[in-house]
Formats: sequence, C-alpha cells, structure tokens
Amino acid sequence: MIDSIAQQPILAALIALVGLGILFGALLGYAAEKFKVEGDPIVEQIDELLPQTQCGQCGFPGCKPYAESIASGDAINKCPPGGQSTINAIASLLDVPAPELDAEHGEEADLKTVAYIREDECIGCTKCIQACPVDAILGAAKLMHTVIADECTGCDLCVEPCPVDCIDMLPVKEGLRQWHWPAPAKTADLIASDRAPHNDEGRAA
Amino acid sequence: MTKTWVTPGGVHPPENKHQSLTLPIGALPIPEKLLVPLNQHIGAPANACVKVGQKVLKGQRIADATGAVSVPMHAPTSGTISAIEDRPIAHSSGMSAPCIEITSDGKDSWIEHEGIADFEHSNPEVLTKIIADAGIAGMGGAGFPSAIKLSPGHTRPIDTLIVNATECEPYITADDSAIRERAAEIIEGIGILSHILGNPSNILIGIEDNKPEAIAALQPHVADSGISVVSFPTKYPSGGEKQLIYILTGKELPSGTLPADVGMVCINIGTTYAIKRAVVNGEPLISRVTTMTGNACGINRNYETLIGTPVSHMLAHSEFNEAACSRLVMGGPMMGFSLTSADVPVVKTTNCILAPTYSEIPEDEPAQACIRCGMCAEACPASLLPQQLFWYSQAEDHDRLEAHNLFDCIECGACSYVCPSNIPLVQHYRHSKGEILKAREEKVKSDHARGRFEFHQQRMEQAEKDKEAKRAARREAAEKAKASAATSTGEGSAADIIAAAQARAAAKKVSPEQQKAKFERSIAGAEMRVQMATEKLAEAAAEQSDEQKNILTAALDGAKQKLEQAQARLADHIEQHQELDSEQVK
Repeated sequence: MIDSIAQQPILAALIALVGLGILFGALLGYAAEKFKVEGDPIVEQIDELLPQTQCGQCGFPGCKPYAESIASGDAINKCPPGGQSTINAIASLLDVPAPELDAEHGEEADLKTVAYIREDECIGCTKCIQACPVDAILGAAKLMHTVIADECTGCDLCVEPCPVDCIDMLPVKEGLRQWHWPAPAKTADLIASDRAPHNDEGRAA
Repeated sequence: MTKTWVTPGGVHPPENKHQSLTLPIGALPIPEKLLVPLNQHIGAPANACVKVGQKVLKGQRIADATGAVSVPMHAPTSGTISAIEDRPIAHSSGMSAPCIEITSDGKDSWIEHEGIADFEHSNPEVLTKIIADAGIAGMGGAGFPSAIKLSPGHTRPIDTLIVNATECEPYITADDSAIRERAAEIIEGIGILSHILGNPSNILIGIEDNKPEAIAALQPHVADSGISVVSFPTKYPSGGEKQLIYILTGKELPSGTLPADVGMVCINIGTTYAIKRAVVNGEPLISRVTTMTGNACGINRNYETLIGTPVSHMLAHSEFNEAACSRLVMGGPMMGFSLTSADVPVVKTTNCILAPTYSEIPEDEPAQACIRCGMCAEACPASLLPQQLFWYSQAEDHDRLEAHNLFDCIECGACSYVCPSNIPLVQHYRHSKGEILKAREEKVKSDHARGRFEFHQQRMEQAEKDKEAKRAARREAAEKAKASAATSTGEGSAADIIAAAQARAAAKKVSPEQQKAKFERSIAGAEMRVQMATEKLAEAAAEQSDEQKNILTAALDGAKQKLEQAQARLADHIEQHQELDSEQVK
C-alpha cells in the first residue's frame, strides 16, 4: 500500500496535503471551541472607559447598554459625564476620529456633584430609592432618607421623582486630598515652526 | 576613602549656603499662638485628643495617630488649646486643613518625661514604639513616618543603613548646622537606629563635600563605631533617596521599589537627632532646625523652631523687609513652594524658609516654545526624557506618560532650571501626575459603581422573578381550590355545570310577549312624560318666562325623542317576530 502510494508522487502529495488540511482544520476547530470568547470583548473594553454614572443621559438604561450600542456602531459622543476625555479614550480604542460631545445629551459638568437630601423636608416616599441605579440612598417608607455620598455617582436620576423637591445636587467639596497642581499656562506654540503665519506679520514688517 | 558612584544628570545652581551659617543655631521667643496642623506627614491625619480650653503641657500628646501610616502630634509648648479648626497650612494649594491652635502661657513647662539611657539593652520593638509615639516623621521633606521604615516585616534583612546628610538644595543649611553643633547626639541616634535594625553591616553617612566643617565634626565621633562618613562631589540633586543610594552603593533602585526591598534603610540626619531625643531624653518631636534665609531678611541663620510657629513670627525676628521680598518660599529654591500667606505654621518637614529679594529669585519669565535643545534630558538625574514627557503632558496622553515613567520623576526641578525657554517643566509633570492619580481614583470609583449597578440590576431581576413565582403559585392554588370545589359537588361535574348554565340562561331569556309588553310600558311612560312636559310648557308660556320656556322646550323635545325611540323599538320588535313567525310557518 505504502509502496504503491510512494510510487505515485502526485497521489502521495495529495494524500499528504489533504491529511495536513484535515489535521489542522480539526485543530483549529477544536481551538475555536475550546478558547471561545464569551460575549463581545470590545463591549467590555468600552464599558471600562465609560464613567459608570448609570445616568441614562445617552438614552440607554445604563453604561453597559450604551457600550453595547457603541460596539454595534452608535455614536461615541453621547456621554456628558465622561466628557471629552472619555470620547477621546473610546476614539483611540476604536481607532475612529474623536467628535465633540453631542450637546443634545447634555453638557459636560465642570464640577462633580453628588445628591444631597434635605432631610427635614423628606417625607419618606421611597421614590428616590427606587430611582437610584447604584443603591446609594438609604431609607424606608415614611422614614427619612439619606444619600451615601461616597456611593453616589451624581447621575441626577433621583432629583426628578422627588415629590417635595428636597434633593439638591451639590458639588463635591475639593479638599487637600483631591487637590493637585494646576496646569501651567500653555506655551504659546508647541514648537517654533508651528507658529501661524499671521504671527509673522510683525517680523516681516 | 570609600568609593562613590556618579549619578547621571544633575545641575550646579549657586549654593548660597554661607549666609545662614555665620551664626550658630538660634532660638526664637515662644510665639503667642502656635498652630499645629493634624497632617504634617504622609498618611492619615492625626485625630485631636484634646478639647478647646484644655490646658496642655509642653510635650503632651494633643492628637493620636489614626491607622498604621500616621503619627501623633504633641504640644510644642505649654498653654491652652484655643481652637481646633481648619486653618490655612503650608501647602502649595494654599488650602486650609484641620489644625490645633495653642495659646502659649509663656512658662514652657514640660510634661513629665523620661528616656532610656541604655537603649542597647532594650527590645527594638519597644524602641520603635517610642519613635512612633514621639510623632517622628521623616524630616528631610517627605514626612514619611519613621517607625514604619524601622518596623520588621522587610522582604529581606537590612544590611545597609544610609543616613542622608547630603542637603543638596541651595540655601538650606539646617542639617549642616545641626551636624556641626550636635554631632555626638546624631551619632547616638544612628546607634539607636543600628540597634533597632539589628546592626547592619554597612552604616554610611552620605554628605556632600561642600560641608567640610560638618564632616570634621562627625569624624571624631565615628571612630571605631563602624560608621563611615562618605563625602562626594557636590551636585544637585544628590540628596534624592535613589540618587544617594546609587552614589554610595552603586545600586540602582528599580522603578517602584523601596530601599527596604534591596535591604537598605535611608533616613535623614535630622531625623536621627529627633530619634535620639525621643529615645534617650523621652522628648517627642516638637521642634526642628529650620533655616531662615534670603536677602529680604536682615538675619540669615538657623533656628531651633517649635513646630507650629507661624512663619510671620520667624520673619518678625529676622529683620524681614517685606517690600524687598519677591515671594516667600517654604523649602529651597528648587523644590520648595511659594506660600500664599505668612501666617502658615512651620511643620515637621519644614527645613527652610526662604525670603529672597527680586534680584535673587525674579518673577518667572514667560515660557517660550521648546527649542528641542535636549538640555533637560542631560540634566535629568532619573534618566528620563523630560522633553517627551512635556509633549505628552500637554497632550494629556496618560498612557504614554506612564510608559515614559513619569512616576520616576523626583520633581527635583533640574530640567526647569536648565531650560533656556523657561518652560516650567516640573509643574507640567506635577499636574500630569495629579491628573493620572485622579483618573486612577475615578477608575476605582467607577468600577465600584459598576459593581453596585450590576448588583442593583440583579436584585431587581430577582425581585421580579420572585413576584412572578408568587403570582404563579397563587394562580395554581386558586385553580386547585376551584377544582376541588367542583369535585366536592358531585359526579359528572362538567355536565352539571353546563346544565346549570343553560338553566340560568333560560331563566334570563324573556319571551317575545313579555318583551312586547315591556316596550309598550315604556311607550306609555314616555307618552305620559311628553304630556306632562307639554303642560308645564303651557304654564311657563303663561308666566312669560323665556328662560324656563327654553329649558322646558328642550325637556319636551327630549321626551318626544324618547317616545319616538320606544315606538321605533316596538315596531322593530314586532317586525322581527312577524318575520320569525312567518318563517316558522313556512
């Protein structure tokens, strides 16, 4: 058998190639099953970059759904809490140009805020507790509620349902621990040859 | 002479050290009010353990350490606690922080205290505890709690103790003058450290060769003690921990490691003096040597300054000329920071107060464009690429900044010093470091929020599922109950139910005759109403009331309509039945 195959080089080559094809095909097929990636990894990566305020300003019920939507081709500039830095990060991840923040979904806040309940005005209706996406409000029916400031993402979702308007969004107080050096004034030009032509008028004159 | 190594980079700024060395260490009168900030060190702020109005003695503990990385605070003099509140402190932000204010009673009376004379026979742990309780934090500038450096739990045994007497920054002479006057006590302090660390084989005092007097003062005390005083050429910044270790041992600390990871402990020479006072004399850290210098001051010298002394008090006793002073700097001209107010207190890490004139340290010139000369890279003692870091810092490219080891930058300021374009490079790096740390913190927070959100979702789903399950269970129970009720009434239940339903339907059904009678009755009723309405209308017409007439006319119309409807219905009914009847006949 082997002798007869060996005498026919074309047949031998054919068998060898087909054999290799089947072998590697099986190997690849096995690897594809064995090391299958659960879910879409790009969604996880986008979700990592989103600020996780779960505020829904993008029009999705949370950051994960928006990440999924971005992965399937949605615009990346719908997240006001993340602001331009998040847009830039997602743009560099997906290798697409970074657009400006879409004003339709809100503006980037200068200061981070957290919810604060004016406790003597609270009637204990639990509506804000139900609205909070991260369970950061503590309270029970007909008892005063309060916000756990450390857990609050500043999503604003509790403000609207409050029937007595006793929830304020207050800026987070910046203490010594949060303080860091401000950026020095930008140098006029990054490198001398970057200078715009109109700056040269004085020199030319 | 011991071999030394040469670090890369470095600069040689004018030293300006002689001014403050003409006079010995002086003492200031006790200020009327002292302000002790609760966070003078790296780590958690101390927790005040006194109350406003309480009388305290010098050296009495006024704030407890909180947590592992923290140090307690002690009263620098005797007096009354007059306030515990937020006050501006010496910080580059100019912000306020919790402080304890003590109004001095002028007696300066010590609390009872006692040291250990023969520390050689004491347990190192006891000594470390004494150092921790004395509130000693690194006095070179960083303020890291010293006891932690000395605590066991190192990854490997300590074989080298390095005492940092470099004092490489211009103007500052606090360590220099302390060595000149207190060499014996400093060596005793090093002895204590050596004992705590289990007598490491190498004990090196690293000192720059611009301090010959200090070296001479140390030499007689180190003879036969196993301590070697190593002097090396003056260059800024040789006093950085990593730089000094390299100069003295030739070992380079890998990025992100501590000296302890390579079996070394590096401690400032001022700290060794404080350790001696704490262990042998039982005195907590309540004062330090601080250099008061700069041409805007008539007197340039070192003072033994109580912690909490307002800078303004020091200035007042140094013939300070405010008009000539360009800015007040805490620390040296390279790494120090400008003070926004002279009322801030001296803290455990304050080695110098610099009050320069305009000609000494002029205002910052505006930054020009980078000309890519590369002098910053030559000057960098950490072998970083300052130019690249500068681009990435401006572009806020955090990944690349970290890839270029921004966090290995010791912020020595050598790059800014040599920059011909006056670019404040270090400020860029500091800013970027802050931004990166903030981003990291936010990342942790957002991950936490994601976890909580996912848990919230899961909880809501579970609640919904539970509700659904309950509903299903109730439905099932109701069906079961119904079924059991039906079976209990007897056999052939389905047939019985149908029969009963038919019977009910038959009972409800009315015969055509009855229907007809009902219609006729309604017609009669409607006719009567029409009649009554007509009568009323006639009465109203007699009374000439238009309004009432209108209402009644409407009522009459309504009644008439109803009558017509009833008649129509009766007609329909009769017709239908006639048809049915005729069909039946057919």
